[in-house]
Amino acid sequence: MNSSDYAYLSNYGVYSAMVLFAVAFLAHAIDVGFSVRNIEEKTQLDFSRTKRIGDIGTVMIVLAFVALLVAVIFRGISAQRVPWGNMYEFSITGALAFTGAYIYALWKYKIKWLGLPVAIAVLLTLGTAISILYVPSAPLVPALKSAWLVIHVSTAIISGGVFLLANCISATYLVLDRYESRGARPVWALKLPALETLDQLAYRLVAFVFPLWTFSVIAGAIWAEAAWGRYWGWDPKETWAFITWVAYAAYLHARVTVGWRGRKAAWLCLFAGSTFLFNYIYINIWGTGKHTYSGL
Amino acid sequence: MTTNIELDARSSFRWLWRQLTSMRTALILLLLLGVAAIPGSLFPQRTQNPLAVNDYFKSSPGTAKFLDQLQMFDVYSSPWFSAIYILLFISLIGCVLPRSFEHLKGARAQPSLTPKNLNRMEFHTEAAEGSLDSAEAWLRKNRFRIRRDENSISAEKGFMRETGNLLFHLSLILILIGVALGSFFGMRGDAIINVGERFINTPTSYDVISYGKLQSGNNLTPFSVTATDFKATYDLVTGTPSDFKLSVNTASPVGTKEVSRIVRVNSPLTFGTTKVYLQANGYSPLVTVRDKSGDIKFQGAVIFLPQDGNLTSIGAIKVPDMQPQIGFVGSFVPTYERTPERGSFSSYPEALDPRLLVSIWTGDLGLDSGIPQSVYRIDTSEMKRIGLKTLKLNETHDFGDGSITFEGWTPWVNLQIVKDPGKIYALLGSIFAILGLLMSLFTRSRRIWIKEVQNKSGVEVAGLAKNAAPGLENEIASLVKKMKG
Repeated sequence: MNSSDYAYLSNYGVYSAMVLFAVAFLAHAIDVGFSVRNIEEKTQLDFSRTKRIGDIGTVMIVLAFVALLVAVIFRGISAQRVPWGNMYEFSITGALAFTGAYIYALWKYKIKWLGLPVAIAVLLTLGTAISILYVPSAPLVPALKSAWLVIHVSTAIISGGVFLLANCISATYLVLDRYESRGARPVWALKLPALETLDQLAYRLVAFVFPLWTFSVIAGAIWAEAAWGRYWGWDPKETWAFITWVAYAAYLHARVTVGWRGRKAAWLCLFAGSTFLFNYIYINIWGTGKHTYSGL
Repeated sequence: MTTNIELDARSSFRWLWRQLTSMRTALILLLLLGVAAIPGSLFPQRTQNPLAVNDYFKSSPGTAKFLDQLQMFDVYSSPWFSAIYILLFISLIGCVLPRSFEHLKGARAQPSLTPKNLNRMEFHTEAAEGSLDSAEAWLRKNRFRIRRDENSISAEKGFMRETGNLLFHLSLILILIGVALGSFFGMRGDAIINVGERFINTPTSYDVISYGKLQSGNNLTPFSVTATDFKATYDLVTGTPSDFKLSVNTASPVGTKEVSRIVRVNSPLTFGTTKVYLQANGYSPLVTVRDKSGDIKFQGAVIFLPQDGNLTSIGAIKVPDMQPQIGFVGSFVPTYERTPERGSFSSYPEALDPRLLVSIWTGDLGLDSGIPQSVYRIDTSEMKRIGLKTLKLNETHDFGDGSITFEGWTPWVNLQIVKDPGKIYALLGSIFAILGLLMSLFTRSRRIWIKEVQNKSGVEVAGLAKNAAPGLENEIASLVKKMKG
C-alpha cells in the first residue's frame, strides 16, 4: 500500500467510527428512554429490560474507539510522521483520547450513563473534523520536525480529552444539582450517580491530569527553546495554555486548601475547561502567532 | 506619641505582610495573573508583531491611542503586569518559606499526641483482641511514623505530600528567578549573512540587538560562524518546505581552529549560554553595475526580503558612486511565471528559473541627508524612473547611463543569537515542579491512633484522612484483621 491508500483507509476509519458512535448514541438513548416505567402508579426506572441495549451501546463505543485508533495510526503512516500536524489531526486524535478516557473511567467507576453525552460530543467533533477541518495528508514543515512534537502534542491531547470529560461531569453535576434543589430529579436522571460521586470524579480526573498538562506546557517550552530561540514568548497559544494552567491550579487549591465542594467547584472546573476549549478553537482558527502553522 | 505612631506603622506593616502572604491573596494574585495575560493574546504585541501594531494605529488611531495608554500593546512588560507577578513572587516566598522551615522541624518531631476522644474521628472501630504491640508491628511494617506512649499509639503517613507540595512551590520560585536572570543578563539579536560570509559575535555584526537591563555589549561570547552551504528542500507539489540545512564552520574563540557543524531549525549551535538559531532564509541576487565607460561601480550580493511562500523577494540596489546616482528597486523571482492577471510571480521556492525584475531610478538617493535609511528600500522622492527590465540569468541591460548584469544568486540565512543565562534554572525549576506535583497529588496523607480501652481488653482504633483521600477505611480494616491474628 502506498501513502494515499493509507490516507484513504484512515478516512474510512473515521467514517466507520462515526457510524458506530451514532449507533452507540441510539443505544444509550433507548437505554435511558425505555427504562422509564409506571410501577405502582409511580414513574420509576427499571433497567431490567434495557440492560442489553445499554451493553450494546458500550460495545459500540469500544468498537468505535478501535476504528478511530486505526484511522489515527493509518493517518500517521500515510504522512510518515505522528498524526498531529494540523487541526484535523488534532481533532481525530483528541476524540480518540476523549473516548479512551471515557472507556477507562467506565471500567474504573461504572459511569455508563455518560455514554450518551460522550457519543454526542465525539460525533460532533468528528463531524466538524471531516467536513470543515479536513486537509490532505502531507509532510511536516521543518519547525515541527522534532521528537518534542510527539511528547508535547500527545500529552496536550490526552490532557485535553480528560479536561473535557471532567467538564462533562461538572456540567452534569450542575444540571442535576439544579433539579435536586428544586425538588427531585427527573426520571431520566435517576440512573445517574449521586452528586458527591460526580463531584469527586471530576476532582480525581483533574488531579490526575494536571501534572500531565504541566508537563505538556513544559515540554512545549523546551521545544520552543530549540525551535524559536526562547522558551516562553507569550505567544497567544502559550498565553492561553498558561491561563488554563492557572485556572486548574486555582481549582485544585480551592478544593484542597479552601475546601470548595459541589456547585462552586463545578463552576470553576467548567470555567477552566472552557479556557482550554477557547485556546483550541478560537486561537487555532482566528488567532495569530507562532502556533498558526498547525493550521486548519 | 512617636512610639505610638511607630507601633502603628509597624503593626500595620505586619498586618499588610500577613495579608500579602496569606494563601488567599496568593490565589487571587495567581488568578489575576491569568486574567491579566488575556489582553496580550487579543491585541497585537510590539515584541511579537510590531507591524500589526502599526496597522492597528493606522486603521483605528483613536482606539489605538487609548489602548496604548493602557499599555495593551506591551502587556507583558507593562508596570501593571509586572506588579502582579512581583506581588505574587513576594506572596509565594512569604507563604512557602515559613512553611518549609516548619515542615523541616516537623520531620524531626514525633507525631502529635493521641487525642482524648477517638470516637469523634471519621473512622472509628474497636478491636477486642488487639494489643498495642501487634498494632505497632503492623504500622512499622507499613512504614508509618510512630509515637508510642504508655497506653496509646499515634501514627502518621504521607509526609511526602507536604514535602511535594512545598517542593512544587519552591520550584515555582526557582522558575521565576530563572526568568528574572534571563531578562537582566540576557541578550538577543539577529544578523543576516550570505552563504560564504563570516559572522563574528560583536555588537557591530548585528542588524538588530537588544540587551537585558544589566547586560552590555562588552561581554558577548567570542565566536565566529562562517556559512559554507545552505540547502532548502521543498515538497514538489505544495512548495511547503520540508528541511533547511545550514553547514557552517565555527571557531570559539575567534581565530582558533574551525570546526564544521550543521544547523537546522530544531537544532541550534551552542556556545556556553549563547545559542545560534537558524530562523529565516532568502535569496541575494548577485549583480554588477557598470558606468558608461564600462568601469565597475558596484558588484556583489544584495540581500532581498521574501514576500511569500514561494520566496518572491524584494530589495534595493543602491549605487551612489555613479553620476548622477542610480538606484534599482528590484524583485527576485526564483521560479519565474507570468500570467496576464497576476503579472510576474514565483511558482516555486527553489531557484529553478530565476529572474531579476528592476525598475531603474536616477537622481539623489538621499544617503547624505543624515536620516537613517532602510537597505531594502529606496526613497524615490528625489528621483526619476528611467526604465523597467526583467533580467534573465547572465543577461546585461544597458539603461543609457550604464549597465546592470544579473550574475547569479546566493542564499542568505537569518541567524538569531540568544544568550539566556537563566534558562537552566527555569528548566531545573520545571523538573522539580513536576516531581513535587506528582509527589503531593499522589501521596495520601493520613493518621491512625490506637488506644487501650480502659477496664476492657482490646484497643480502640481511629483514623483521619487529609482531604478525604480514599482508602483509609480499608487500611484500618486490614490493621484490625491483622491484630486478630
